[in-house]
Amino acid sequence: MTGFFTLLHKELLRFWKVGFQTIIAPMVSTLLYLLVFFHVLETRVEVYPDIAYAVFLIPGLIMMSVIQNAFANSSSSMIQSKISGNIVFVLLSPITYRAIFFAYILASIVRGLLVGLGVYLVTLIFFDIPLLLPHWAILFVILGSAILGALGLIAGILADKFDQLAAFQNFIILPLTFLSGVFYTIHSLPAGWQYLSHLNPFFYMIDGFRYGFFGVSDISPHLSLLIVSVSMIAISALTINLLRTGYKLRQ
Amino acid sequence: MMLSAIEIERVCKDFGSVRALVDIDLEIRPGEFFALLGPNGAGKTTLINIIAGLTLANSGSVNVMGHNVITQYQQARRSLGVVPQELVYDPFFSVREVLLIQSGYYGIKHNAPWVDEIIERLDLTDKANANMRSLSGGMKRRVLVAQALVHKPPVIILDEPTAGVDVELRQTLWDFIRQLNQDGHTIVLTTHYLEEAETMCSRVAMLKAGRIIALDSTQNLIGKLAAVNSLRIRLSPDHLPLALQQLKQSYFNGLYELRIDNYAQIEFILSVLRSENTHIQEMYLQQPDLEDAFVNLIRNSGNKLQ
Repeated sequence: MTGFFTLLHKELLRFWKVGFQTIIAPMVSTLLYLLVFFHVLETRVEVYPDIAYAVFLIPGLIMMSVIQNAFANSSSSMIQSKISGNIVFVLLSPITYRAIFFAYILASIVRGLLVGLGVYLVTLIFFDIPLLLPHWAILFVILGSAILGALGLIAGILADKFDQLAAFQNFIILPLTFLSGVFYTIHSLPAGWQYLSHLNPFFYMIDGFRYGFFGVSDISPHLSLLIVSVSMIAISALTINLLRTGYKLRQ
Repeated sequence: MMLSAIEIERVCKDFGSVRALVDIDLEIRPGEFFALLGPNGAGKTTLINIIAGLTLANSGSVNVMGHNVITQYQQARRSLGVVPQELVYDPFFSVREVLLIQSGYYGIKHNAPWVDEIIERLDLTDKANANMRSLSGGMKRRVLVAQALVHKPPVIILDEPTAGVDVELRQTLWDFIRQLNQDGHTIVLTTHYLEEAETMCSRVAMLKAGRIIALDSTQNLIGKLAAVNSLRIRLSPDHLPLALQQLKQSYFNGLYELRIDNYAQIEFILSVLRSENTHIQEMYLQQPDLEDAFVNLIRNSGNKLQ
């Protein structure tokens, strides 16, 4: 276990030492989203009855920042280690591939949660945000950040260059988060887009997370939990398999 | 039967259509100081990476201290310290942090006393709390050596440890590595500096194009493969007696180079010169070295000499 805890500690230190860039900066950009959308849409949109648009928006934005930062953490750590070559120190050591997986994922979860918690605490100053079913919110935020941590690890392993990783981030992760119902409820969409939204795994993370706050959601939280959990298991199995076979890491 | 430090059996590795290693068999005994020599692209680093588990062989098996590097990778890696060829480092941490983290990877919790000792022995004390980024190349190289030693492995592999390292540091490093060998560690190294292999290593394997073309004790290899000795002399008067013409290899800048197959011939040469009343003004005995053996072997490596 010492190997696992050391790698986890190293991964935590890695982003903590540059916390301004890895925690504060994403918090600020998330709060900017909130400010802009709140200002533009506050008077025009009411998604759920009796819930102000800003308050509706906040859980979605929190989850979005969690997702993006969990992904950024494992993916950037892996690709930096690969490109600078210092991944060999992990690969030479007797740490098991499962321990590598869990250390990277847990570090991603922690960074995601820190950014999300930061955003939540700041918004609490300005808004009255209900948190009716906290255990649902916690469950979804952990599962969501774990999935994105695993996806980040996959992207970091597969990418050979930074721009390939950036492509993964800009053309897959970013659109999927933006179109997952962060800014709207999918009931407001035309039928075709609603159908497409149901194919987006991030939609279930955000919908389930929001359920934890308001006790209302676009679809049943149990279904969301099932889909998110199955995704988590499938993506984890894929990631662990990549690590076990040493794909792109041990030629 | 004594356990091998490293046991390599029928290892093959292809990268696409390139055959990087072909049927490598090699056994390195505990306590040996062993050199892997060969031109660039011979497969030295690939072989080291397969031993270290960084590269997976297509076939064959490798054991380190009796542990298979695939099926018992944890025990195998605990027995092995590897100094990579590239100057890799983690820019987020200081020297000391790097060494403590590396200890943790090997499951060692409280390693500060040993880490401090390695830092001192490698002359890194002044830089112990400096960030890795700020170190010179030679310093980074020392940290790499230190990282390979945090878990006190019985087998240590150094891939070109002195490449790009200044003369003074080279000496320090070699003294340190020799000390490790005397303390009982098995040392395997690759190097381009043949004189290093010659003075330090008891056995040598030469690789070319993925095959071992020679494997023997350093002395035997030199004896078997090196060019014969030669004697270079400057004469007064500057004229080589007829009786010695058949030994003449070359004449350059007033120096005659005479081929000698054994030391008894020197007596013959001297007696001829004495009888011809020719004096020797300068004399050099050229002895073969590993470089000659190496060059000879790489030149005509069709024949396998084992």
